[in-house]
Amino acid sequence: MQPGAPGGPTRDITAAEAADLSEVRHTPADVRFMQGMISHHAQALEMAALVPSRTARDDMRALALRIEISQRDEIEMMREWLEARGAQVPGEHDHHAHGDSAMPGMLTAGEMRGLTAAKGDAFDRLFLQLMIKHHEGALVMVRELFSSPRGGQEGSIFAFASDVEADQQMEIARMRALLASTGKEPQP
Amino acid sequence: MRSGIGYTVVLLALSAAVISGGGGQDRSGPAGKADPRVGLKPGFRDAGTASWNMELVSTLPKPPGFFDPKAPSGLETRPEKESKPEKESKEEKKKSPAAPGPDALDFANSDLAFRGEHLFIGNFHGFNTYDVEDPRRVRLIASVVCPGGQGDVSVHGDLLVMSVEQTRGRLDCGTQGVTGSVSAERFRGVRIFDISDVGRPRQVAAVQTCRGSHTHTLVRSPQDTRNLYIYGSGTSTVRSGEELADCVGKEPKDDPNTSLFSIDVIQVPLDAPEKARIVNRPRIFADAATGAVSGLWPGGDHGPGTQKTSATDQCHDITVFPDAGLAAGACSGNGLLLDISDPVHPVRLDAVSDHNFAYWHSATFNNDGTKVIFTDEWGGGTRPRCRAKDPATWGANAIFDIVDRKLRFGSYYKLPAPQTEIENCVAHNGSTIPVPGRDIMVQAWYQGGISVFDFTDSTNPVEIAFFDRGPVDARRLITAGHWSAYWYNYNGHIYASEIARGLDVLRLTPSEHLSRNELEAAVLVREEGFNAQEQRRVAWPASPVVARAYLDQLARSGSITPERAAGVTAALDRAGRVGSPRDGGAGALAGRLSELSRALENEAAAAAGHDAGRLRSLASTLQGIGDSLR
Repeated sequence: MQPGAPGGPTRDITAAEAADLSEVRHTPADVRFMQGMISHHAQALEMAALVPSRTARDDMRALALRIEISQRDEIEMMREWLEARGAQVPGEHDHHAHGDSAMPGMLTAGEMRGLTAAKGDAFDRLFLQLMIKHHEGALVMVRELFSSPRGGQEGSIFAFASDVEADQQMEIARMRALLASTGKEPQP
Repeated sequence: MRSGIGYTVVLLALSAAVISGGGGQDRSGPAGKADPRVGLKPGFRDAGTASWNMELVSTLPKPPGFFDPKAPSGLETRPEKESKPEKESKEEKKKSPAAPGPDALDFANSDLAFRGEHLFIGNFHGFNTYDVEDPRRVRLIASVVCPGGQGDVSVHGDLLVMSVEQTRGRLDCGTQGVTGSVSAERFRGVRIFDISDVGRPRQVAAVQTCRGSHTHTLVRSPQDTRNLYIYGSGTSTVRSGEELADCVGKEPKDDPNTSLFSIDVIQVPLDAPEKARIVNRPRIFADAATGAVSGLWPGGDHGPGTQKTSATDQCHDITVFPDAGLAAGACSGNGLLLDISDPVHPVRLDAVSDHNFAYWHSATFNNDGTKVIFTDEWGGGTRPRCRAKDPATWGANAIFDIVDRKLRFGSYYKLPAPQTEIENCVAHNGSTIPVPGRDIMVQAWYQGGISVFDFTDSTNPVEIAFFDRGPVDARRLITAGHWSAYWYNYNGHIYASEIARGLDVLRLTPSEHLSRNELEAAVLVREEGFNAQEQRRVAWPASPVVARAYLDQLARSGSITPERAAGVTAALDRAGRVGSPRDGGAGALAGRLSELSRALENEAAAAAGHDAGRLRSLASTLQGIGDSLR
């Protein structure tokens, strides 16, 4: 059976009607979000890979490791999601083909070169600034998804996008704290 | 459950150095033998099972309307890549379905609630009501379609409360989702159903909230019996202020009125539930000194001069213990202890963090309200996190003692049997089992199955029973397994919701770790309802079986002399034959019980730890039995 709006009557429906979710299948915006986020995450992995050889701080290495492990696992999950729905799965480096400004928060080729060339404290500050911007871009992508027609309503993508938002907000907060401490004594 | 990724990591990073030495827990399984949970045959309906000191009494699949008829076990998700040989992975790609059906998560079974003989199983698609009067013959009474996930349910009298967080949720319970990014048809928040006609529930209220409701908690106020209170915990995206007034998704530095960093306190007038509304959004994470709403830091020290930013901006789950005026909040980056003597204005007493914890997920008090178990949902519930290589300190329970209204860490407990790459597994929902003299919990671990453990010693938890099935599929990870496993004292059984497979009913069997007397004492105090997030203290009557349960515990630990135990047993045997003061020998027996009680009190004074408490409890139980004969 199916209740009505608050105060309204409950009516009987068939099992076939009950299981009919044909209108909450994934949308083209969902697919674009997943495809775009794979490329977005891939750049975060490239950035994180620069950290171990350029920083002197253990907390920066821990941050990079955290980003690497989480975003690699998320890329795997996004690929599974796209494959299961017969959609095209972009390669990790496809963002170059789409153009550097395709996704919000993505670094330009010039910014990436600048980061690659930096060392020590200067690298730490630049990395944090750029990664905060990068993460904020992911938040913009989530908001765009949810504001698209019927975007993010299927169960898996709702849960994934919600978690991306919560997790990246959390990492932004951590990175702001790290940024405030750059140039000072490394934290224990 | 969460989608299964993000927090994975918090942990990996911060604790890479710590874990190598971590995990003191023995993983050898029962009696040190090879664990029978390893290598179980896969299958959706015919998976191999292993159980120890408990048995499956009955099992019921999900009813029609709550699965995709074309894929009853659900849409598959893949195991993590590292586990697969490259060749196999390519073959799997070719076999990927081209035209997918509904998403499996959209039909997932979730949390449970109980009232009398009725069991309510939440589902991302609505809820189902069963009659469990006879646990061997559980009967479906009503299937209620009302999508929106997670569909966690609680019951108070004739009201059933349900959490809705997904953006597809509709005020009218429709299955068609919502068109338009701003819509008056959308519903995210807490629904209230009238279940006075349990076979035909009606929606009577729907309280919209900014982040929806991932979970919720019912709170009764001793001072205010005309209202029921609900703590709504939202964890997902904040909707726009155009759809719901006053919703602000910005960070506190950009807008102090942010909808982040709070919980929703909803007041439900019991004589007019349709008037339910939000009456407070307390800032329970606020910094006491500065008033900043984001006062908590999850990942350790800031160090001097660092910025006061925080990651804890939401609670996943709150458990209240009104008998002690306390609540425990599992709040993403922290575990919180709250004073709820005024339910509308909860006050934070303590906040703890843990470098091994990825995501503070749920909380369970022990019966005395002197301990809290927090769970860590590392990997979100959809990923395999109980593999042999996963640390025993990650995705585990953390057991805390409450000392002077502060939380003090004791130890971790994690499912001791390694699971495969194709079984999603991590600590999830459970409840205590009210055995007098001990702290025991039954807990669901998704496809890790169900584990029952003793945490009387908060530094040394020990598994005493389990039930497990093989993976749903032989090759692929399909999100399934037990979401919740709760002891319901209406008839002393364990009820477990299985995400994909349905409902399982189990019972504990007597063993060296849990005697028949202890089990009989547990079912002595019958409950007429149960909500996992609303715990009540159980007080046992002065009954011979309760005394025998204490006696078994003292014998197990060797803390009572055989002579004393024989004397108590003889007196209890006599008490079984002498029922009232009018029976012959009642006076003499009452005197004998008092004498034993005094002797045990003296022995308790010389004993230490839990056994001193058990000696005292045995003494007062014997005294109580004696008093009933005078």
